[in-house]
Amino acid sequence: MLEVYGETLTSRLLLGTAQYPSPAIMADAVRKSGCEIVTVSLRREMAGNRNGGRFWELIRELGVRVLPNTAGCHSVKEAVTTAQMARELFGTDWIKLEVIGHHDTLQPDVFGLVEAARILSDEGFKVFPYTTDDLVVGERLLEAGCGVLMPWCAPIGSARGPANPDALLAMRAEFPDVPLIVDAGLGRPSHAAMVMELGFDAVLLNTAVAKAGDPVAMAEAFSGAVNAGRKAFLAGPLEPRNMAVPSTPVIGKAVFE
Amino acid sequence: MKLTVNGEERQVTAATLAALLDELDYAPDFLATARNGEVVAAAERSWCTLKDGDRIEILSPMQGG
Repeated sequence: MLEVYGETLTSRLLLGTAQYPSPAIMADAVRKSGCEIVTVSLRREMAGNRNGGRFWELIRELGVRVLPNTAGCHSVKEAVTTAQMARELFGTDWIKLEVIGHHDTLQPDVFGLVEAARILSDEGFKVFPYTTDDLVVGERLLEAGCGVLMPWCAPIGSARGPANPDALLAMRAEFPDVPLIVDAGLGRPSHAAMVMELGFDAVLLNTAVAKAGDPVAMAEAFSGAVNAGRKAFLAGPLEPRNMAVPSTPVIGKAVFE
Repeated sequence: MKLTVNGEERQVTAATLAALLDELDYAPDFLATARNGEVVAAAERSWCTLKDGDRIEILSPMQGG
């Protein structure tokens, strides 16, 4: 069981809701994955449209907890105001905080991120910061009031998988008691299994499922991988070594000459 | 009165934010609103008096990652 901000979660997979071939496929993928938390966003509504309402009804029917994001925000002011509007709209003080610093890599602006995290934490928000794998930034985010860290493992939507496993391991070692959720960059279930084997508490992904040939089947595959990785971590995996070690006992081997 | 609503200039007669949503045919249940960069809670829209040149943002839930 994973505890985040006092809430106990059974599933260690969080899914985004964007880019699916259809709302029905998104809903099926969420159900099949068993995930309990989905990410949602806010965008300008066209006059006369009811798109937001229809989408919101669909999410509510799924019976999952929503984690609104501040995706696309490039400034502290934008992110803070968007978070405040998300709290108003979704009725939750959870916020996936994104303050984007670079157009091509969508790398977080960690300076703005810490500043926005402090403002929002002071306003009672439970902040889930999308951050880099930098230990010092992680420390600052915790000081700012964050109760969870969400480092990227590769750029958003890149599907590259863990680019720097050593940095992720260092984060795990540095923050043993903080829930760590890998957010962004996972492409395949094996990537999710790998970060879970490193001891991460959960993964958040979207594109790898939504843009798969069969999103529903891929959601199930990721779910299995997350569970397998978690079990492996708890089971204590071997450390790799350079030389061969025979697995069959040498003593008692017959001699034929 | 001329307002900027979701980035577009609009000529409206509504005096309050609640009336503006009605005039522009928005469904008020599924919206978050802001005036000049400050959030206006749903319960405050009826008292939120609009002024010429105000910038209004009207957001709704959308797919996100």
